[in-house]
Amino acid sequence: MLELIFFNVTNGLIVGAFYALMAIGLSLILNLSGVINFAHGGFLVIGGYLAYALTPYLGFWGALLVSPFLTALIGFVIERLLIRRLYGRDPLYSLLLTFGLAFIIEDGTRQIWGANGLPVSVPETLMTSLSSKFFFITGYRMFMVATVAVVVGLLFVLLRYTRIGIRIRAGTLDLETVAALGVNVRALRSLNFAVGIFLAGLAGVLAGGQLGLEPTMGDNLLMPSFIAIIVGGVGSLTGTLIGGLLIGVASGLTAVFFPSASEAVIYVLMAVVLLIRPRGLLGEEGMLT
Amino acid sequence: MTAEQRKHLSVLAAIWAALIFAPYWMPLFGGYTALGSRVLVLGLGAMAVNVLLGFTGVLSFGHAAWFGLGAYACGLTLKFLAASTPLGLLAGTLVGGIAGAILGILLVRRRGIYFAMVTIAFGQVFYYIAFQWQSVTGGDDGLRGFERQPLDFKLFQIDLLHNDLYFYYFVLICFAVAIGLMALILRSPFGHTMIAIRENERRARFLGIPVELHIWIAFTLSCFFMAFAGALYALLNNFADPRMLHYSLSGDFVIMAVMGGMRRFWGPLLGAIVFVVLQDYLSSVTVNWMSFIGILIVFIVLFFPRGILGLARRRSTA
Repeated sequence: MLELIFFNVTNGLIVGAFYALMAIGLSLILNLSGVINFAHGGFLVIGGYLAYALTPYLGFWGALLVSPFLTALIGFVIERLLIRRLYGRDPLYSLLLTFGLAFIIEDGTRQIWGANGLPVSVPETLMTSLSSKFFFITGYRMFMVATVAVVVGLLFVLLRYTRIGIRIRAGTLDLETVAALGVNVRALRSLNFAVGIFLAGLAGVLAGGQLGLEPTMGDNLLMPSFIAIIVGGVGSLTGTLIGGLLIGVASGLTAVFFPSASEAVIYVLMAVVLLIRPRGLLGEEGMLT
Repeated sequence: MTAEQRKHLSVLAAIWAALIFAPYWMPLFGGYTALGSRVLVLGLGAMAVNVLLGFTGVLSFGHAAWFGLGAYACGLTLKFLAASTPLGLLAGTLVGGIAGAILGILLVRRRGIYFAMVTIAFGQVFYYIAFQWQSVTGGDDGLRGFERQPLDFKLFQIDLLHNDLYFYYFVLICFAVAIGLMALILRSPFGHTMIAIRENERRARFLGIPVELHIWIAFTLSCFFMAFAGALYALLNNFADPRMLHYSLSGDFVIMAVMGGMRRFWGPLLGAIVFVVLQDYLSSVTVNWMSFIGILIVFIVLFFPRGILGLARRRSTA
C-alpha cells in the first residue's frame, strides 16, 4: 500500500511539473497581456509535431532544442499579426480569437500529420528503469522533471535579475506606468508572448516522448493548466507553479483510492480554493478580478 | 403609434412570419426541417448566453455545461422515470438551472477574464462526469435509448417523434415562450439594472445596487434558459453526449452571439442561423470544416466585432 501511494505521489509530481510548465506559459501571457490563450494547447501540439518532424534530421536532442524555439517563433508571428490588434479591447475578443486559432491548429496538424497517434522516439538511455524496485521511475520521467525544473528555474532567475524580466514583472503590476517610463511595451509583450509559447512548445516535445502525439492532445492538458492558475492565484507565477504541482499530486493520490475521480478531484480542489480563498493561494488581491 | 414603433412592429412581424413558415421556404434554399429545429434550439442557447454577455456584460465561457446538464437530465428522465416529453423538459430545465444557481454563488465575485476562466473550468467538471460515469451516462458513446414522446391532450395526441414538422412547431412554441419571458425580464427594471451594471459597475454600486446579487440572478436565469434549450436539444436528437457539455460548444454559443450582434436582442439568433447553417454545409463538403470555422471566428473578431446587426445599425445611423 505504502508503495502504491509512493508511486502515485511521484507520478502526480511528475504530471504536476508538466501542468506547471504549461500553466506558467499561460500565466505569463495572461498577466502581461490579459489574454487567455486558448490556443496554448495548440502550440503544445505544434511543438510536439515539429519535434517529430525534426527528429530524423537532428535526432531527439536536436529536436528538443530546436522545436520549442520554432514554436516560439510561430507564436511571435501570430502575436504580431493577430493578437496585438486586440490589446485594450474587451478580453472576450482575444479569448475568441485564440479559440478560433485552436480550431485551425488542430485541423492543420490533422491535415499534415494525420489523425492517428504518432510515437516519438526517445533515446534508449532515457527509457531504462532507474531502479528495479521502483520500476515506474524511468529515466525519461526523471529527465522530464529535471528539464522542467531547470527551465522554470532559469525563467524565475531571468524574471528576477535581468532588465527585461524586471520590466515584465513591473508590467504585470502596472503596464501604464512602465510605458510612461519609456519602455517599449509592444516589444515587451511580443517577447513575453514568445516566451510563453516557448514553454508550450517544450511541453509538447516532452509530452510527445511520454504519451505519443495526437492532434487533440493539447485539449486534455489545457484544462488542468487553467486550474493550476486559478488554484495558485492569478498574477503569481510561483503560485501557478505550486498550483500545478498540487493538482498533480492531488489527482495522483486520488487515483490510489478512487481511480475514476482522479480527474474530477482537481475541480473539487479548485472549488474549495475559490470558496476559502477566492484569490487563489498566492494571488494578488484585486488582480484581474 | 410613432414611426419607430411601427418599424419595430413590422420587423417583429417579419421575424415571426419567417420562423413560422420556415419549413416551407427553407427547402428552396436546400434546408430541411430538422435543421430549422436545430437553429432554433441553438439560437435559444445563444440568446441565453447573451443575457449575460450582451446585457450584463459578464463573459461566461462555460455555458455548455448547463446546456448539456439539461440535455442529460431530460434524456435520463425519459429513459428511467417518466415517458413524458413535458416532464423531460421540466426536469432538464430544473436540473441545469439549479446546478447553475449553486455554482453561480462561487462565481459571482469574479470579474472579466477571471470569471471566464473559472466558468470554463467548472463547465469541464460536468464534461468529465458525463465522460466517466459510464453506467448512467453511457460515457463517450453518449446517452441513448430514449425517444421524445407524443404530446397527449386526452382527446388527441400529437406525434412528435415521426413527424419533423410537428416537432418543429413544438420547438418553435417552446422557443417563443422562452424568449418572450426573456424579453419581459430584459425590459423590466431588473433588466435595466443589468444594463447599468454592464455600462458602469462601479457607478451601479455607488447607486446602491447590490451588484453581486444582480449578477447572480442574471447568471441563474441564463442557466435556466440554457438548460431548457439543452433539454430541447436532447429531444431533437433523441440523444445526449459529453460533447454537449464541452467548452468548445460554449465557445460556439459565444461566437453565435458575437457574430449576430451581442448588444441586440435578436442578434444571437441571427448568429445561430449563420453559424449552424454554415457548419452544416461545410461539414458536408469538406473534412477541414474546423479550419474554416476557425478562420471565420478570427475574421469576425478582427473585422466585425459588433456582429451583423451592429454593422447594420452603424450603416443606418451614419
